[in-house]
This record gives sequence, C-alpha cells and structure tokens, in this order.
Amino acid sequence: MTTAITISGVDKIFPTPNGAVAALKDIQLEIESGQFVCLLGPSGCGKSTLLNAVAGFSLPDRGLITVNGKPVTQPGPDRGMVFQEYALFPWMTVAQNVGFGLEIKGMPAASIRTQVSALLKLLKLSEFGERYPRELSGGMRQRVAIARILALDSPILLMDEPFGALDALTRRSLQDELLRIWSELGKTVLFVTHSIEESIFLADRIVVMTYRPGTIKRDIRVDLPRPRDSAAPEFNQLKRELSELVLSEQALHEAAERLALTTD
Amino acid sequence: MMGWFQRFKGVLLILVVLSLWEAIVMLGWVNAKILPPPHAVAIKWWEYLVPQQPYDSESGSRMDWLLSGELIQDAMGSLYRVLAGFVIGTVLAIPLGLMMGASPQAYQLCNPLLQILRPIPPIAYIPLAILWFGLGNPPAIFLIVIGAFFPVLMNTIAGVRAVDGIFLRAARNLGASQATIFMRVILPASTPYILTGMRIGIGTAFIVVIVAEMIAVNNGLGFRILEAREYFWSDKIIAGMLSIGLIGLAIDQAMSLLNNHLLRWHRGLGH
Repeated sequence: MTTAITISGVDKIFPTPNGAVAALKDIQLEIESGQFVCLLGPSGCGKSTLLNAVAGFSLPDRGLITVNGKPVTQPGPDRGMVFQEYALFPWMTVAQNVGFGLEIKGMPAASIRTQVSALLKLLKLSEFGERYPRELSGGMRQRVAIARILALDSPILLMDEPFGALDALTRRSLQDELLRIWSELGKTVLFVTHSIEESIFLADRIVVMTYRPGTIKRDIRVDLPRPRDSAAPEFNQLKRELSELVLSEQALHEAAERLALTTD
Repeated sequence: MMGWFQRFKGVLLILVVLSLWEAIVMLGWVNAKILPPPHAVAIKWWEYLVPQQPYDSESGSRMDWLLSGELIQDAMGSLYRVLAGFVIGTVLAIPLGLMMGASPQAYQLCNPLLQILRPIPPIAYIPLAILWFGLGNPPAIFLIVIGAFFPVLMNTIAGVRAVDGIFLRAARNLGASQATIFMRVILPASTPYILTGMRIGIGTAFIVVIVAEMIAVNNGLGFRILEAREYFWSDKIIAGMLSIGLIGLAIDQAMSLLNNHLLRWHRGLGH
C-alpha cells in the first residue's frame, strides 16, 4: 500500500483576544491510499483545522503535510473538498456547478457535457441538471457538491462534516451512497465528523482527537465487515469505547465554554 | 366581492383624490389659476402629447409625425440624457468598484478621495459644469454621470466585500486561477449588490436630469415645466410633473425586470 497523505509534526496556533490557542499540536498521521479515515472529536478539537491544512486553505505553523509525496502549499484539485455548507455556486445550474472544475481544466464543452451527465447519473441527479441550487433540498445539494468533486477525479476526497446539516434519513442514504462510490472508485477519504455512529459506519480507521490542544488521542482500526450493521454487538461495543473517549473531550469543551474561554 | 375591492382599492384611492381635487377647485376653495382642476390638466396633457402640426406627407413619415408632439420630444430628450449619463457613470463605477472591493490596496488608495467627493450633491457641480462645458447636453450629462456614479460604485464595493469566503475556497479547491475566480465567482456573487446600485443610480440620474434641464438646455421635461411657470401655465406644470412621475416609474419597472432576469438564481424570487 502506498501512502496518500503524510502529516508530520504539525502545529497550528490561532491568535485570539484571550491569547494564542493551540488548535493542533504535534500531529503525526499517515494515511494509506484508498483508506477511509474519519477524524472524530468534539467542537474545537481541531479536526476541521487539520482538514483545512491538508486542503491547503490554512497551512500549518510548523511541520509538514505531503500528499502523494508532494508538500502541500496551496489548495488544488488533487484534493477535492466537500463542505458542510455545500458551497455550490448559486448562480450556476447543477450541471454548470458539476462541470466547473472541468471547464477550469480546459476540457472541451462536448466532453464536459458527457462527463457531467455521467456524474449526474451516478449521483441520481439526472433530472436536475438545469435546476439552480436553491431549488434543491439539502441532501440533493450535497449530492451535487460530491458530483462536482468527483468530476475533478481527485485521488483524495476531503469531507468537512458533509452530512452534518442533513436529517437522519437523508444522512443515512448519503452515507450508503458515499460508501458505494468510494468502493467503486477507490478514493482516499479524509472525513471529519462529530458523530460516533457515522464514523463507525463509514471508516476503515477512526482518529479520535483531543480538545485543545488538538492532538491524536487514539487511532482505531475498524475491521467490521461491510455493509455494517449498527445493531450488531461489535458495532455497539466500539461505539461504547469511542463514546468514552469522545465524551471526556466533550466535557473539557463544555467546561471551557462555561468559562467563556471559547466561542465555538 | 372582497377580492375585487382588495385588488382595486389602490385605483379607488386615486379616483377619490382626483374627485376631491376637482371638487375643491369647482367649489372655488382654491384659485384655478394656482391649482387647475384635474380635467384641465388632462386636456393640457393631451395637447402637450399630440402633434402640433397637421400631418403632411412631404415633411416625413407618419411615425415621425406621431412622435412630433412636444411631450414625446421632451421625454425623448430627457431619456437620452439619463441613459447617456447613466451608462457612462456605470461603466466607470463598476470596474473601479470591483477593483476597490477586491484589493485592499486599491481601496486604501482611492477611498479617502471618494469619501470627500461623495457627499457633494451632483447639483453642486452645476456652476462648474457650465464653466467647463458651456450650455447644452454636455454639462447635463456630466451632472448625471456624477449622480449615477456614486451609488453604483458604493454598492459594487460592498458587493465584492460581501462575497462569502466559502465560494472563494470552493473555487480555489477546483483549481480556479485568480482571473477565473474574479470573472466567474466574485462578479456573479456581487451582481445583486451591483444591480441595487444601478437601480438607485438611475433613480438619481432621473432626479438630476430634471434639475440639469432647468439650467443648461432648452428642451426636456425639466426645461418644459420651468418654461410653463413663466407663462403661468400651472396645468402644464402639473401635466409635466405627472409625465416625469410616470416615466420614472417606467424606468424603475424596467430595472426591476432586468434584475429579475439576471438574478433568476437568487434566493427570494419566486419561480
């Protein structure tokens, strides 16, 4: 197995009115290509900060991130990002959104059309190509955002709580969809969530992070067979184990909130 | 029954006001020279609208003749000035606004000067406009350019600054260059603000044209109502004012249609 993402000795410090906050401290992580990894932890544990650093939006203050051997210095289409807020361009139709990355690459219009219609079909969006994002439900918008990223054919998908704003049923069906696409296309996925159940349902590997400073608390391999059954005893045993790990960090987050040392 | 009343109560109010107006003049409560009754205004309006010469096929086509009425000629003169000034003002303001909104350096460079110039009402430029351009269309259009420029500029700057950072991040993630981000993300994202600025700008342009015509030219709606005062034609003054109101309304409606068309994607518009 080759290594897709290497994170070594990464620190990230945010200045705040109450002094500097160490969002990430000495993060070491190697992600094999094709692996589905969840970053799990309470608000303020730095999981989104780490994802943004890999995406190249906000580079670390110390340490190095390499993707397929190359240091990350800026955002790029080799690391497609799916945002919780969808971030679709509201002035573009669904088809234009999905095709925008290909247009930037300079692909001819006819090939874009073919590619886009294949992707819309893959994400069950075929009838919605000419709609504008505001006409779609949250679940549909996130499908469009996923299609837009798949169009880039990036080997790595970065997902920042992509299903966090969706209702439970929509969320579940998109999780299934994502797993289907992941197993078909063999992408490396780095997926941020604060849902324990979601992480067990999706991941090959769950990285639990601590609340400030953000460090890696536990790195757990999930070997349960897929499709995973959330009622299975193994599933629940892992859930109990993770709950303990995450809730102790959540308690720190809440204590800090009560002291008004944090705003998130 | 109720639905009918709800729909037409606005028209009903206009009829009530017109009747009251007619009544107070008829009853002699006000001097008809000072405030002519609506029917006199309507008659004058009609005379102002229709051609003054009988149709003569020698002197031009029937269309030319139909448009030869004084009101039509005045309205076209005013509209020409509004559009010329508005187009020039907008064409200057949008690129500058985009630049100032997108670049902090450009903003810091230009903002102090603009903040000093902006509060000067376009009307205050009249003496300078006449000194620089003499009489006729050029000073009038100059004033309208000033009137349209600032609302479009300020809204364009605000629009660019209000672009949600997540769109920029998404575009950079897709590999977009700075130029692509500017043309395909920043420009469309700030369109709602720019169009609002244009709507305010054309409204200002229409106010300024009336004033400019009172001073610098000898046709147009603004000129005509001032001229009518010299002859004590209060009916023509009111007819001219109502024409100004209707044309202003038409311009605003046209802008609103343009808005709805360009912002089909925007939330808040029913489809």
